[in-house]
This record gives sequence, structure tokens and C-alpha cells, in this order.
Amino acid sequence: MTPPSSHPAVAPRTLDDGVALVRATARRPSEVAILLGLVALLAVVFLVSLALGSTSVPLWRVLQALTGTSPERDAAVVVVETIRLPRSLTAMLAGASLGIAGLQMQTLFRNPLADPFALGISSGASLGVALVVLGTGYGAAAVFGASMGLGGDALVTVAASVGAALVLGLVLLVSSRIESPTTVLILGLMFGYAVSAVVTVLVGASQPERLQQWAQWGFGSFSGVTWQRLRLFGPVTLVGVLVASATTKQLNALLLGERYARSMGLAVRRARLLTMFGASVLGAVVTAFCGPISFLGIAVPHLCRGLLGTSDHRVLVPAVVVLGATVALVAQIVSLLPGSAGVLPLNAVTSLLGAPVVVAVLLRSRRGAFAG
Amino acid sequence: MTLHAATSDDGQFPVALRTRDLAVGYRTRWMRRAVLERLNLEVHPGELVCLLGPNGIGKSTLLRTVARMQAPLGGAVELGGVDLQTITPSELARRVGVVLTERVAVEALLARRVVELGRYPHSGWFGRLTDHDRAVVAWAIDAVGAQHLATRDFSCLSDGERQRVMIARALAQEPVLLVLDEPTAFLDVPSRAELMGLLRQLTREGTLAVVVSTHDLELALRTADVVWLVMPGGDLVTGAPEDVVLSGAMAQAFEGRQVRFHSEERSFRLVTGHQGTAVVSGQGLRAAMARAVLEREGYAVATNDESEGALILDVHESGWRVSAQSGEWNGHNFASLAACLRGRSTRT
Repeated sequence: MTPPSSHPAVAPRTLDDGVALVRATARRPSEVAILLGLVALLAVVFLVSLALGSTSVPLWRVLQALTGTSPERDAAVVVVETIRLPRSLTAMLAGASLGIAGLQMQTLFRNPLADPFALGISSGASLGVALVVLGTGYGAAAVFGASMGLGGDALVTVAASVGAALVLGLVLLVSSRIESPTTVLILGLMFGYAVSAVVTVLVGASQPERLQQWAQWGFGSFSGVTWQRLRLFGPVTLVGVLVASATTKQLNALLLGERYARSMGLAVRRARLLTMFGASVLGAVVTAFCGPISFLGIAVPHLCRGLLGTSDHRVLVPAVVVLGATVALVAQIVSLLPGSAGVLPLNAVTSLLGAPVVVAVLLRSRRGAFAG
Repeated sequence: MTLHAATSDDGQFPVALRTRDLAVGYRTRWMRRAVLERLNLEVHPGELVCLLGPNGIGKSTLLRTVARMQAPLGGAVELGGVDLQTITPSELARRVGVVLTERVAVEALLARRVVELGRYPHSGWFGRLTDHDRAVVAWAIDAVGAQHLATRDFSCLSDGERQRVMIARALAQEPVLLVLDEPTAFLDVPSRAELMGLLRQLTREGTLAVVVSTHDLELALRTADVVWLVMPGGDLVTGAPEDVVLSGAMAQAFEGRQVRFHSEERSFRLVTGHQGTAVVSGQGLRAAMARAVLEREGYAVATNDESEGALILDVHESGWRVSAQSGEWNGHNFASLAACLRGRSTRT
């Protein structure tokens, strides 16, 4: 048997037949339709997120504010421009980042429970924040931060980044010597437990008023990212999502397991380390700016597999980016309890709303949407 | 030991795969354990090579080394004259396709998409498929006779169909060598025969070489061009299946207390004779069935009544009759014959 390339004599028949057949079935239109539908949904939810809040702004005013065609710069326009737009952009970027990072981790570890924080980086970020907020060094850190021109929020972000980076570095260092992906996963889990234990000790020893601030961070929020901070958060997550999107081909090869992936030409260890690094950085950056948002990274990939009925990353990658952004926006809208002055913790909203949806999607799809 | 000279002293046959003093095994920080050593093997384009040998003797280790899934302990593997250790992973994947024993668990993926994954080493950074890639995929699906499976979900296929698709995927890499490690392990008997037939058919055009390990000796001996037989001591006997059988190596490699390899029939049979000797009179299928019952019950079947004290079994249209020194029995079917023979053995 000879492939078409090497034997021109037999090529024409197979080539024509093959191409005709493939063109007819290559991409089921439903996949493209669903993707376009998701994009449209995201656009609508984005506009709604700008319109709703403690006071609602009419949609046409929102559009005026976005396009800069508002005749007068009244309170509504200012609210949309300075508060809601950065908040919504942050939510979208965070959702997309967590979605794609979760997908990468789930495929890499062939484990439906993996998420961007599988390597314990969320705990690392917690430790960093705990040390600053709860630790005895708070006063010193605040003084140090103030001297560097960092406010309280920025200080928390820096602490979370440093904590996450330290844990990530340690896990990557150890896991580069490990062959089995499952062992790497367990390793990350153990690191997470150990670091969490230190956090627990800190929490146990701290004063109530500081605990309040600590708990606030744990709720997660997209509101803390102002335009100024978005200048850093935006490019970093955007580049991260683009780089992660470029791993589509590798992720598909990994669907058949690491041994097959290697036999098809993937440098498995390097791909694993780079993917782990990229996904963890995305998770760490989001955690540093928005707090530990636990649910999205694990749920969005499942939602996408259930919706699209495929494990093909050429479809899943754009889907998790768009749907991740959408789900984060919806959670953001709900957490603000539109029309009221109250606010719900973001993490509570994502999990309370999201868990039933994921269960429903898993049960309704023809079978479990993930191969473990 | 090479049982045929045709491949070793020629210059005119191109060689797809050659090993030079290859040693395969495992190396840890503290020790080096060679499983097989001093291997000088050759595979030619168009050859179907079956790797045989008892369990745990190093067949998989050899195949993994040949496919560069693990490093050799010594010596070299050459593919088309190029040392395997010197090429990049994707160059390697364009030359060697691999199919493993393991069941692939992937949900919600069309069989065609699985085959398309085989274009991995040929496609660019984003894995976008060209028309040529699609044509090769269609050809590969065609080559394994899986057209009817292409639009089905991979996880819904039977084990045999899955292996067929996995072979198509390996073919889509356009390799010169296909390495399969016990691809038939999970398959039922007809699927095994079909798969080996498929591998044979793939090699017939003379460009692809296939090396496959299997536990299905009888099937391998019927379909292989060349057999590599790993002996219990770690020696490798190579040659055409018939030459290997004739050398007695098969019987030697698979000698056991309960079964024995019968060279003439190229198959394994239970060790017989501990119950005595029997002579069958009768013809055709009935006589053949009677011999089968005798063998199963532990009798050596002789062709005439030369042996002293042999059991005489007469089969005819309406049943059977056994005459022995201790008496005579008769019955209508083989179930009663087997019961009679068992009864004799418990009484004596």
C-alpha cells in the first residue's frame, strides 16, 4: 500500500475521491454554528454586563458610551467607562484564561478533575496573600509597598504572584524529573496541601479584623481591576491565551495518550512542561488580580465538550475561550445583584449557578463528555 | 542465528530497518540490565516480520527501542541507512508508525479525526490540514478498509475496529516501517486473523515494512514472511516461518509440561500418552473427531495396532465401540465416548 504522494499512478483516483468525501464531512456545520452562536451570546452578555449594576443604564446609552458618541458626559457614561467596562473586560479575560488553562490541564493529565490550579499554585498565591494580609509583616510590607508606590490592592497582587511563582517553580523543578503524569498531578496536590497547611496556621493565629480582609480576597472579584491595572492584566492574559491557543495541535496529539503522542512526533516532556507552565501562569495571574476563582477552570471545558460533542481541540479551544468569557461575565452580573446595593461573593455565584448547569450538560450529552 | 542467507549477503535488496549490535534493556542510575543483546537484524521493504517468544522475554522492549520509544543500551538502529538517534521527533514520526496494545480511551472523536492525528508530523504549527493531507487520510482509511467507520465515533467502535483505525492513523504518517506491539491482544479470534491479514496485505505492494509482535503463534506462522523468535536464553532465531519450525526452535522455545508444539501441524497440542495408546479404525470426520477425544483424554493415537495392549476404538455410522483387555464398551456419541474413557482411567 502506498500513500498518494509516492505513487502518482494511483494518486488521482484516491486523491479526488478522498478530497470530495472529506470536504463533504470534514467540519460538521453544527460545530461552526455553535461557535458563532457562542460569540453572539458573548456580545449580548457583554453589553448587558455594562447596562446592569447598582443602577441600570439603558442599552443605547451603553452603546453611545462605547462608541464615544454620547452628546453629554453624564454620570451614566462615566460609570460605564470607568467602572463597568474595565470590570467586564477583566471578567472576560479571566474567564477565557481559566477556561483554556483548565482545558489544557484536563487534556494534559487525561483527568476530568484537573484545573489550572492542579499544581498547587492557587495555594501558593493564598500563602503570599496570607503572609501580607495576616502575617506579622503586614505593617512592614505596607510601608515597603507604599515606598514603592503600591497601594493595598497592588500589594496583594504582588504577594499572590510571588507565592504562586514560588510554588510553580518548585513543582516544575521536581516534576521535570518525573515520567508519569499522574505522579505529577499528585505531586501538585501534595504541594497544595502543604502550603494550605501553612496558610491555616496563619489564619488561626491572626486578628479578626485582618481575617475580614483575608476572607474578602478569598471571595474573588473582578471589580478590583481598574483601567490602570488592566494595562498589565490585559496584555499578560491576552498573550497567555494566544500562546495557549497555539498548543491546539499538541493537545490533540495528547488525546491518544503520551505514548502515541510521542510516536507521532510530539516531544512529550517539553510539551508537558511548557503546557503546565503556560496554564499555571494564566491561573496565577488571574488569582493574583481577581482572587482564587475556583470553578470556571474545571467547568468550562466540560460545558464545551457537552455542547459541541467533540474532544477535538481545534473546536474546543475557541469554544472554551468564548464560553469562559461568557460564563465569567454572567457570574459577574449576578454577583452584583442588579438593581440592589448588595454584592454576593463571586465564587459563591460561579459555583452555585455553574454546578447545576454542568451536571445537566453532563447528564444530557449522549454520554460522559470526557474520556478519563 | 539466521536460518536463511538470502537477506544477509546481498547488496541488491534495500533495507528498511537494520540493527547493528543492538542491545536493548533498562538502565537506572545504579544498574544496566540488558534484556536482549548483540542483535543484528534486517527488515526489507515489503516484509511482514512477526516477533514471537514467551512472555516477559523482551519483545516489547525490542519494539520500543526500534521505534525509539526508549534508548538502546548499546549498538544502533538504522532506518533507511540513518541512525535513529540522530533524527528529530517529527522526522522519526514520518518514518516509523506505531500501534500499541493499549486500549485508547478517547470520547467524542470521529474515527476520521483519529486518523487525521497521524498527519501530526507533516502538518504545520497549528495542525491545519491541506488537501494533500486529507487525501492521505482518505487513502489510509481506504487501505485498512475502514471507510464505513470514518464518520462514526471512535469510542463506539469494537476493539478490532479501533485497532484498524489506529493502523490507518499510523499509515497516515506515511512511514516506511510500521511497528505494532501485540495489536491483537484484546481482539476476538476472527478479528485477529483479519488484522494479521490486513498487515500482510499492506506489505504486498513492497514499500512498507511491518514488524509485529504477537502471542498468536499459529496465526503468525501462517501469515509472516519472516519470524523473529526470541528463545528463552535471549537468543534470537530468524528466518522464514517454515525454516524456523524445521529447525526445532519453535518446539524448544515453547516447551511446556502440558502442551507441546507439533512441527508438522504448526500448532500446539496437549501432551498425550500418559493414559496409554489407542488405535482408531474408521474413516473421515468421525475418525478425526474420535482421535480428538482420545488426545484430550490423554491417549497417544497410533496408526495401526502394532502396540501391545493398545485400546482399539472402532467408529461407525451409529456410534463407537471400544475394545480393551479389560472389556468392551459402546455408545452413540462422543460425549459417551469421553465419559467411558474417563471412567476407564479412574478405575485403573
